[in-house]
Amino acid sequence: MTNPISNVLKSEVILAIGTDTTGNHPIIANYIMEAIHQHGVKLLVIDPRRIELVDHATLWLQHNPGSDVALINGLMHIILKENLQDQAYIDERLEGFEELKSCIEKYTPEHVSSITGISEEDLHAAARLYAKADPAALLYTMGITQHITGTDNVKSCANLAMLCGNVGKEGGGVNPLRGQNNVQGACDMGGLPNVFPGYQAVTVDEVRKKFADAWQVEGFPSTPGLTVTEMFDAGETGQVKAIYVMGENPALSDPDKHHIEHCIESLDFFVVQDIFLTETAKLADVVLPATCFAEKNGTVVNTERKVQRVRKAVEPPGEAREDTWIISEIAKRMGYTMPATTPEKIMEEIRLLTPSYKGITYKRIEKGGISWPCPDEDHPGTPVLHVGKFARGKGLFFAIDYIPPAEEVDDEYPFLLSTGRVPQHFHTGTMTRRGTGLNRLCPEPVAQINPEDAEKMNISDGDYIDITSRRGSIKVKIKLTERSSPGMVFMPFHFHEAPANILTHSIVDPVAKIPEFKVSAVKIKKAA
Amino acid sequence: MVRLTIDGSEVEVPEGTTILEAAEKTGIRIPTLCYHKRLPPIESCDMCIVEIEGEKEPVCSCAAPVSNGLVVTTDSKALHEQRTANLKKILKYHPLDCPICDKAGECELQDIVYEFGIEDVPYESRKVKRDDTYSTSLIRYWADRCIMCRRCVTACLDLKQIGALEIQGEEENARIVVDPDKCKSCGECLMVCPTGALTENLSRYKGRPWLVKRVQTTCSYCGCGCQFDLNVLDNRVIGVTTDVDTGVNQGSLCVKGRFGYEYIGDESRLKKPLIKENGALREASWEEALDTVAEKFKAIRDQHGPDSIAGLTSAKCTNEENFLFQKFMRAVIGTNNVDHCARL
Ligand code: SF4
Ligand code: SF4
Ligand code: SF4
Ligand code: SF4
Ligand code: FES
Repeated sequence: MTNPISNVLKSEVILAIGTDTTGNHPIIANYIMEAIHQHGVKLLVIDPRRIELVDHATLWLQHNPGSDVALINGLMHIILKENLQDQAYIDERLEGFEELKSCIEKYTPEHVSSITGISEEDLHAAARLYAKADPAALLYTMGITQHITGTDNVKSCANLAMLCGNVGKEGGGVNPLRGQNNVQGACDMGGLPNVFPGYQAVTVDEVRKKFADAWQVEGFPSTPGLTVTEMFDAGETGQVKAIYVMGENPALSDPDKHHIEHCIESLDFFVVQDIFLTETAKLADVVLPATCFAEKNGTVVNTERKVQRVRKAVEPPGEAREDTWIISEIAKRMGYTMPATTPEKIMEEIRLLTPSYKGITYKRIEKGGISWPCPDEDHPGTPVLHVGKFARGKGLFFAIDYIPPAEEVDDEYPFLLSTGRVPQHFHTGTMTRRGTGLNRLCPEPVAQINPEDAEKMNISDGDYIDITSRRGSIKVKIKLTERSSPGMVFMPFHFHEAPANILTHSIVDPVAKIPEFKVSAVKIKKAA
Repeated sequence: MVRLTIDGSEVEVPEGTTILEAAEKTGIRIPTLCYHKRLPPIESCDMCIVEIEGEKEPVCSCAAPVSNGLVVTTDSKALHEQRTANLKKILKYHPLDCPICDKAGECELQDIVYEFGIEDVPYESRKVKRDDTYSTSLIRYWADRCIMCRRCVTACLDLKQIGALEIQGEEENARIVVDPDKCKSCGECLMVCPTGALTENLSRYKGRPWLVKRVQTTCSYCGCGCQFDLNVLDNRVIGVTTDVDTGVNQGSLCVKGRFGYEYIGDESRLKKPLIKENGALREASWEEALDTVAEKFKAIRDQHGPDSIAGLTSAKCTNEENFLFQKFMRAVIGTNNVDHCARL
């Protein structure tokens, strides 16, 4: 997020696009509720589903799934036609305005209405609501990123926010809400094929030299490595022979289950380090038992870029060991000694090599987290990014054209499937589906469809249905709800007994390589 | 700014402050029971009454705003008597079953009864027994312990905008009723309840607050980064509690953060390294497992080059672990083939 969560209290309008915030980020939803009901902030929701936020919204745009870029271009078109942009901000801080302008010229309300299914009137109302607010915050999650055009969607969100001068402002910003507790940290720490910690590119000679000196090795490859989807594909072709997985469960989270299982089987050697024998661990040649968050010290970074402590409360079960110990022991056996192995010492090494973390010490965050960048030990941290100027100097608009989703409905597969989370469970369910508490609340996967559709097919609440896509079929219980609009099916992905990734397809966004979980064409029939 | 006098001291506070907050700022504590920092004033207990010069009746300081020139007295014989009477009224139907109550030791009612030194309250059981307890699968309601302060109802409605709780019945028959279709089991009501009327219905293990070790940490689920305390008894996590002054969540949590701790001590946790032999996984020693991994990686790297190995680090692990993992891939294996699963 460019801005802290509590900043929504200072907004005039909150635009929530592709985020079921009450379900997935309940604490952020608390702030949104406080903003609306105690500070008179207006909420604009853009989502194909009637999510709970809609009940509190001033305006809801129910667009066709996958039409986000067209929609945002359409809003910008209206904003420019009505001269509602922040021209002073654009002139001073941004580049690429002319290109943007000519690109969105063709996104007339009429054209956009035909792509998105939203009336021209609502398009105008939404454009005015967002553009006239000062400041307006924009929030988004997987509803924006999990499309073949995910990167375009993200850039479009940034375009809209910059056009109205909302970036670098208290109460404004472009705010992706992170789904897992340390996605931000995994990226910050260089858990990416193209960058070292602190987003220092592997392609830059000085950067490689700096890390080679610090780690006392000869050098590193100067080209980015493989992304997660590419790794498994390369396993299938034989280019990659071994994969080492720490704490992830791709067999259930990957968009195409059959495909990934086949990729793993093709490997010579597959190692999984985890706290449970997950669907992925079962396929491993060696499984290493690790510790969970309650059994270790360390830091994680929340969606506000705030670095916070994790503290050890209990001893690990049996012979389970900390991940840092396991990694160091393997390294040692391969002839490399990791000098720092306690969390605090590792943090010292991180600080040395990562400019944005330089000022963050365990001592300083003992009482509360600090948001990076924090360049020295006297620096208070940076809750709001891009104040005064953008991190790269001038901000850049992206001229982006609309591309339809990879799969559209047809006569044979007339329903649109989108996958997502339910509030009671998390990701692939490895943690939330243990024990009884959360399972008591939500024991089995339930797909949601609109009562209108159900009536046509003679399906009632609680029936079991078969959902079939071009890739596979699963049987699942059905719930009728107005929250799902006609022609759509929603399905949670946490459940190994009905893995939604049998249905979804593995076509990914060409840049971010994020699969299109939000749009697959399926057909439905009552299960025998 | 507004100037007023509280117990003889001059105080200056911003407009809109309540008398209670102004007193707190000067270090004067007024007894309260229904007031909660995160909630709008409820005014159900009348414990926070104060005298204002020129006014006949005492007012509730938790709701009364300050104004210029107010002269406030927070403690007097009359106030004390009235507060004691108010408290006795609450206690009339409240069984002081502290020895078997989960909340004992950190119960605001217990504390205030102790503070006022009340001993001689004849307990009457209610003429009409209140309907037995509601419970959701995670939260249990003990009607007899409920003092009808309405913090829970207010929290569910104002903080969460859910409104799953309501009061049914009147006077001594009043009780809290939950609408199970609306309740999200967020536990907000549990967090604000001053008494043992709402208790967690999950952990099989009970620990008295003074026996439990509390360790502050960050939630392991979503990216909000909520702060809470793991409650530990005998090396087992038996619950999660929060503090209103800590973290972005200010004491609130969602259903996962508050009740999703069972996996930590789950029986099915991996306890030994496993190695696949003839298609099945068998237990192995750390020595054997680590040697196998290191040898295999070395052999594959030497034969096919570093880029024939790839690693997935984790959005669920710490920064330190992620850092070390990518360092391992880059410095030890010699490849940039490292990524994590957040794209999935
Ligand atoms: S609610 Fe408080 S006063 Fe009442 S029995 Fe429990 S601990 Fe004692
Ligand atoms: S658990 Fe949450 S939703 Fe349910 S009654 Fe309590 S506050 Fe309301
Ligand atoms: S359940 Fe607790 S919070 Fe709710 S009215 Fe009773 S005592 Fe107050
Ligand atoms: S308690 Fe809920 S909202 Fe807070 S971090 Fe955990 S999962 Fe996210
Ligand atoms: S605390 Fe003021 S009326 Fe209860």
